[in-house]
Amino acid sequence: MFYRRAGIRHTRYQDERQLFPLGFDRGLIIAVIAILLAAPFLFDRLYVSGYLLPWLIWTSAALGLNLLMGWSGQIHLGYGAVMGIGAYGSVHLVRLGVPLEIAMIAGGLLSATIGTMFGGAALRMKGIYLAMATLAMQYVVDFVISHSSVISGGSLATLQVPAVRFLGIPLQGDLPTYYLAFGVCFVITLFMLNVRRTSFGRALAALREKDYAAQILGISTFRYKLLAFWVSSFIGGVVGSVLAVTYLRAISPDQFHIELSIQILAMIIVGGLGSVLGPFFGTALILFAPILLNNLLGFTAGTLGWSLPIDLRAHLPLMAYGALVIGFLLYEPLGLAKIYANFRNYLLVWPFRHAQR
Amino acid sequence: MDWILLAELSANGVFVGLMYALVSLGIVLIYKTSGTANLAQGAIAMTGGYVTWALATLVGLPMWLAIPAALAGMFGFGLLMERVALRRMIGQPVIMTIMLTLGVEIMLRGLLPGVFGAAVKRLDIGLPQQPLFVGELLINRATLIGGSISLLLILISLAFFNSRFGVVMRAVADDQTASWSVGIKVERAIAVAWGLAAVSATAAGVLWGSTQGIDWSLSLLLIKALAIAILGGLDSIPGVLVAGVIVGVAESLATGVLDPLVGGGSRDVVAAVIILVTLLLKPHGLFGRHHIERV
Repeated sequence: MFYRRAGIRHTRYQDERQLFPLGFDRGLIIAVIAILLAAPFLFDRLYVSGYLLPWLIWTSAALGLNLLMGWSGQIHLGYGAVMGIGAYGSVHLVRLGVPLEIAMIAGGLLSATIGTMFGGAALRMKGIYLAMATLAMQYVVDFVISHSSVISGGSLATLQVPAVRFLGIPLQGDLPTYYLAFGVCFVITLFMLNVRRTSFGRALAALREKDYAAQILGISTFRYKLLAFWVSSFIGGVVGSVLAVTYLRAISPDQFHIELSIQILAMIIVGGLGSVLGPFFGTALILFAPILLNNLLGFTAGTLGWSLPIDLRAHLPLMAYGALVIGFLLYEPLGLAKIYANFRNYLLVWPFRHAQR
Repeated sequence: MDWILLAELSANGVFVGLMYALVSLGIVLIYKTSGTANLAQGAIAMTGGYVTWALATLVGLPMWLAIPAALAGMFGFGLLMERVALRRMIGQPVIMTIMLTLGVEIMLRGLLPGVFGAAVKRLDIGLPQQPLFVGELLINRATLIGGSISLLLILISLAFFNSRFGVVMRAVADDQTASWSVGIKVERAIAVAWGLAAVSATAAGVLWGSTQGIDWSLSLLLIKALAIAILGGLDSIPGVLVAGVIVGVAESLATGVLDPLVGGGSRDVVAAVIILVTLLLKPHGLFGRHHIERV
């Protein structure tokens, strides 16, 4: 009885075209936003800056990749490199004295340019060839960043983020950084929710289903594939700079390696390709399941008196990732978002199932 | 320019490249028969190395028995992987199979070091370590023998395609529906391709494990194997041989010539650059068939 659809009859077309046509959904969204806004005052510092902040940042990144993989059906195995370009670009600009707001956008533009260049080079191929090209992009960008001391910042290869202000508020302490990450995530989510109602989003969906059919319908596949790469890389770059400024505070090349790309890929596979809600669930599972599992295993071992080898516990996150990706692909290819949707649809008119349309 | 150094680097590169080509053989076999990209090949090579090590050290088998046992076991592993995971992916978008094999790669990379310990394992299969002098050239004897064994195995696999079952697999590669209609068991051919891919990966894992030790870094062979597969054309076995030599020599020359200029690490980027250049200039590779759908 959580979702009272029973009794709701829309009488105007606008009402049904809203983002959330059901009153209950609107209430739920507002409640979640309110909890997230009040989180720094409700929860412990550790939970806010150690769990909620990375969750918001990684979710924004996963949303950006989902635009490319879920909406337009292209494969990108080098999203970590795209984020790295944005992070390095914006941090260098900030260090030169450019305000953060402009540096973030500029970092995004830089990522979008380079990402589109690599994507565009491989744009006339698809499937495995595109996957290979983006994988190669990851390695090339890693190499360029870590081997040019101008970019990576000298011998120690870490680049400190200086004290910055966003809209006049100094980004110090937990509150401003958390709210910046929240704001960026909110804007990206709003964009993703609305993009599928635009001609751009519909063109991408047509492209995903069958590209030459889309071409016959008059959608320029070349143009929209390029646009999809551009938008997704732009989001990646902006999120990369947010990641650098609010969470990492000192960036080094190894933070943007292939591991990051695979992590974000796993998030959208587990969460659900082509869904907006999915990345939120997927990120939570991929980020926190290994920690939970590790603690659980440590606890069980502690109480039962086993001695677990340290190597086993160190490699548990990788195993958990791999198992989650395989499991979801085999048993629920649409991810956690689909599980949630099934649950929601069941409860939509419960207990009056005959009212289901 | 020091010609001796260049000649030495190229000679060693040839054999290293042949050892890479052995990993790549599995990718090509699978792509040829089923059109699926196998991104788990690096981790399967690592698994083969670990299994051989475990059979030799933990079970205590002599090495001449441990290697065939590992090869047989990994053949079964390949069959199992196809049956449990890949067969359910038939008809799904290509993104799904790529992600599935990537998932297998991640899991194996965590599972085996987690179970057997992350420290580097020594696998001594009796390859002599002392270098060999040919004239003024210094050649690493272990890679020389490893490369020769790889060459032999790739030639055997070429010969295999002329046997009865090899012809069946070629038919499946050519046209799955047509081979189905003349009574060929397409599923079995694909399963055997996975088994053979696991076997070639295991052989590569053992050879690489004996030269550099066995740990998770064996799975990094994946990117080199992919570069070879792309450069040679994804569905050509002679292509693997030629591209393997090219990639090996290019990598070895880059290490010797570029590293002093850029400060090390150019070895890892060579494979990526080769992939990009191949896709830009000649996407179907040196020997691949011209069937890439362009939109």
